[in-house]
Amino acid sequence: MAIDSELLVVGGGLAGLTTAVTAAREGVDVRLVSYKQSTLRNASGLVDVLGYTPDGEGPLTDPFAAIPELPDDHPYRTVGVDGVRSAMDVFDEVTDYRGGHTDTNALLPTHGGTVKPTARYPPGAAAGVASDDRDVLLVGLQSMTDFDAPHVAAHLEAAGVPFDVSGVTIQFPGDLQADAKVTRYAKLLETDPATRDGFVERIEANRSGQQRIGLPAVLGDDDHDRVRTHLESELGAAVFEVPSGPPSLPGLRLEDALFSALDSAGGSFETGNPVVDYEGDDRIDHVLVEKSGTEVPYSADQYVLATGGLVGKGIDSDREGVYEPIFDCHVDHAEDRYEWFDGDVFGDHPFARYGVDTDDRLRVLDADGDPQFDNLRAAGGVLGGYDYAAEKSGSGVSIATGYHAATAATEEL
Amino acid sequence: MAATPHVLVIGGGSTGVGIARDLAMREFDVTLLEQGNLTHGTTGRMHGLLHSGGRYAVADQASATECIEENRVLRDIASHCVEMTGGLFVKRPEDDESYFQDKLSGCEECGIPAEVVSGREARQMEPHLATDIDKAITVPDGAVDPFRLVVANAASAQEHGARVETHSKVRDLLVEDGEVVGVEVEHDSGPGLRVHGVEGGREEIRADYVVNATGAWAGRIGDMAGVDIEVRPSKGVMTIMNVRQVDTVINRCRPKGDADIIVPHETTAILGTTDEEVADPEDYPEEQWEVDMMIDTLKELVPMLEEARTIRSFWGVRPLYEPPDVGSEDPTDITRDFFLLDHEERDGLPGMTSIVGGKFTTYRMMGEQIADHVCNQFGIDRACRTADVPLPGSEDFSVLRDYMDEFGLRSPIGRRSVERLGSRADEVLQTAGPNPTVCECEGVTRAEVQDAIAQSGSDLNAVRIRTRASMGNCQGGFCSHRLASELHGEYEEPIARRAWDELLQERWKGQRHALWGQQLSQAALNYALHATTQNRDHDPADGESLDFSAFDSGTDDRTTGAAGTDVAADGGHADGY
Ligand SMILES: Cc1cc2nc3c(=O)[nH]c(=O)nc-3n(C[C@H](O)[C@H](O)[C@H](O)COP(=O)(O)OP(=O)(O)OC[C@H]3O[C@@H](n4cnc5c(N)ncnc54)[C@H](O)[C@@H]3O)c2cc1C
Ligand SMILES: Cc1cc2nc3c(=O)[nH]c(=O)nc-3n(C[C@H](O)[C@H](O)[C@H](O)COP(=O)(O)OP(=O)(O)OC[C@H]3O[C@@H](n4cnc5c(N)ncnc54)[C@H](O)[C@@H]3O)c2cc1C
Repeated sequence: MAIDSELLVVGGGLAGLTTAVTAAREGVDVRLVSYKQSTLRNASGLVDVLGYTPDGEGPLTDPFAAIPELPDDHPYRTVGVDGVRSAMDVFDEVTDYRGGHTDTNALLPTHGGTVKPTARYPPGAAAGVASDDRDVLLVGLQSMTDFDAPHVAAHLEAAGVPFDVSGVTIQFPGDLQADAKVTRYAKLLETDPATRDGFVERIEANRSGQQRIGLPAVLGDDDHDRVRTHLESELGAAVFEVPSGPPSLPGLRLEDALFSALDSAGGSFETGNPVVDYEGDDRIDHVLVEKSGTEVPYSADQYVLATGGLVGKGIDSDREGVYEPIFDCHVDHAEDRYEWFDGDVFGDHPFARYGVDTDDRLRVLDADGDPQFDNLRAAGGVLGGYDYAAEKSGSGVSIATGYHAATAATEEL
Repeated sequence: MAATPHVLVIGGGSTGVGIARDLAMREFDVTLLEQGNLTHGTTGRMHGLLHSGGRYAVADQASATECIEENRVLRDIASHCVEMTGGLFVKRPEDDESYFQDKLSGCEECGIPAEVVSGREARQMEPHLATDIDKAITVPDGAVDPFRLVVANAASAQEHGARVETHSKVRDLLVEDGEVVGVEVEHDSGPGLRVHGVEGGREEIRADYVVNATGAWAGRIGDMAGVDIEVRPSKGVMTIMNVRQVDTVINRCRPKGDADIIVPHETTAILGTTDEEVADPEDYPEEQWEVDMMIDTLKELVPMLEEARTIRSFWGVRPLYEPPDVGSEDPTDITRDFFLLDHEERDGLPGMTSIVGGKFTTYRMMGEQIADHVCNQFGIDRACRTADVPLPGSEDFSVLRDYMDEFGLRSPIGRRSVERLGSRADEVLQTAGPNPTVCECEGVTRAEVQDAIAQSGSDLNAVRIRTRASMGNCQGGFCSHRLASELHGEYEEPIARRAWDELLQERWKGQRHALWGQQLSQAALNYALHATTQNRDHDPADGESLDFSAFDSGTDDRTTGAAGTDVAADGGHADGY
């Protein structure tokens, strides 16, 4: 007997989780199966909707205004502006992210010393917005090479931010070894009062009146809000984290938040085992999940493919071509693999747009442009037609298409 | 003529630095000029095989004999650049038996220690060899790090008073009364260490003698004085794997062929190579079939290569030379020997000698012969000492203590740092502050990076070749910005930014030939790290100024000074623990 549900979501990243949460909130019997940790482990945890047009124009102040101008095959065109807005509403309801008060993008400082346009940001990053004119002190840690505060400060200054910014490097209290993982810092700050006190003292010693303090994203793990607010009240200043990664704590916190939203909405999920194959012709009858060497059938009425893009191997490739590994969905790509990329490191890379194509209900299309199966939709990074890195649209597309796939699938039930 | 003759060496590859070191040790006044970084040319784009001579033992016994002699010398004077992996000449069932016998006797004739092992014994040494291997011959091949070796030679030359100028291109030869008397050189950023943004300029350097050691470019230097140097550049591809599939150098035992060597190198294995004549040493096609051929041919020896991950491919150009009367059709027939062309004898142009051809393995011997030749020009009789005096870093390598505790470094990072630095480890790794790892793939710590910056200015590619930082699996995805930050201490932010851009471009270049499977996924991840997390592709510092006031400035109540949070309602946070 197959394990049965109404909607089966394959992949537990931002797209799959949004799909599952949306459907579960509508009362659908939904199950999510996911293999490994999602791209959120690598990602900054900021939720971009659209920062630049495909032609590189930007930073855009209003991402929603630019959506109708996008090319036809862009996933946002499939979902439409209203769909994107509804999706962001769901996201805002189930997370504590900021930015929903306005359509306007925020510019947030990056650990690379630039600012970047984003639509939603975690509360921990909120005080860092670059359009706030309060002065900033960035504080780095001596052995944390991912965030060099003096360097980031100098770079932000060159970027013309409207506030004074300076950077110092301090030694983290206690004797963590030079290559300690970010989670070690986070745990110590969360659990050890002496570490927190020492940390505050060292920051205070380097501060000259700045009202905002920017730190690497290590301020606590499960209890990060408390760590931050504690620092804020001790310092009497706004405290924010500058995301970096991987491993990215803000990204992982978002993943946790969405899993608990799914749990409270009554969806079920399991992680650790991959979907490896399927049975069915015009409709998918069931998929096969590999569990300790055996293949277990999971059946559903509707399926959503949300296995991510090239980074997480939802799309894979070999010397011969680019493919989607579970359903062998069509992935349009150049035959010559030397045409998959541009010669410039930040050139217009075709590979960045590789993924599956869909109809307006997000059903996956075959090479002839017909639905490959009646009941398979796709959402998130596995979709083609957009370069999220250049556009700064990654999380937004995952949320919008995850929402749209859930709505379309639910209507078919 | 000055009491101490001034000799100018053009070319900062293995040949040039070998000559510079030798001449400086013989108390000449030496200037070395290199248009790019040290190893910018062929030396930075070779296979890394310290030849035992086995490869040439049948067809080119003179080269084979030189190789085994120099192989022994380098193990001694450059121990921190050499890993004695040993090598195998492997015979597959379809390979010719009589060639196998010729190889064996050839090795014997050239004094190369060689022994036959059965297929089973070979697989015990290298478990990933194909199961149908017949047998193999063991030889003392090794792996050599060309970057480390060249840097050590340049450092030694400097210790002996030489001036070493990188990013300094010779634009013209100064010829007066039919004699070469110096060069006109264009500095990228002023003399001394390269610093981005420092205005360059032209300089005339006069010398008592000029040595042209520009390898595949030798003809261009010749042109500047109207002499013809017929270098026949021949390109070869090398493909880097993400792990060491083998720990021994694996050669295919058959007459010359493409794709017949695998060299284990640090954490990687390098497949090579091809041999194809090209017209221009700087501009030649780099093609997909060449990479495919490496994998498809060498998997006959090591089948797991078929599915393995490659991290990049690169091409080098051999500076082959043959005397004009030979006229080989096929570049593989051109001798690997080197030639000393005295332009006075050859072309009636005194003051300059060119050296062309040869191999990396025999660079020191080439240097010795050139230095002897230069000594003769000046009637100076001083003995060569380069075969006896170890290079900086190799002076006292017997004491491989456990550096882990001493430098607070975790093994295997500590071990790898010490291997790279050799006897300089103490000096470099004794630092005051914490010494975190900057490049995880290659285990490169801050202290090593800082040491390299002190040697090479604001040039992260120069830091890379000294330390291997950004040369591992992720190809700089995770560490490029960290390296830029390491520069920032010493240099202004705009300089660090330019060096960072340059490093990103350079790392992208070679990866393009490995973009499928794992490495395409890695490239997509790197692209996201740099463009999405860091927004480096739209750096406002590089572009037009932004109107910050047009963007969201947050919603927080600023009078408290603190950003509002959703948990503040739980009863206060100061004592919330
Ligand atoms: C380094 C980096 C930085 C980024 N920064 C930002 C940013 O600042 N702002 C922004 O908006 N976006 C950012 N993004 C983009 C954004 O994170 C992604 O676009 C988005 O998270 C993709 O979500 P997804 O759910 O489509 O895919 P993923 O997160 O990749 O999730 C796919 C899931 O499917 C699982 N899976 C794969 N195959 C199978 C299988 N066979 N069976 C079962 N499960 C499977 C995977 O294990 C994974 O959990 C960044 C991305 C990266 C890589
Ligand atoms: C594919 C391949 C694989 C090889 N594998 C091996 C191997 O495994 N083992 C081995 O022993 N040998 C090997 N070799 C041979 C070896 O790499 C070369 O023989 C050796 O590196 C040549 O060194 P060089 O100093 O003569 O030339 P180069 O390294 O090319 O040095 C010449 C330098 O001159 C500089 N220059 C040129 N013009 C100017 C100018 N106008 N002003 C200033 N500077 C200038 C260039 O920038 C360059 O750095 C290989 C060669 C190739 C192509």
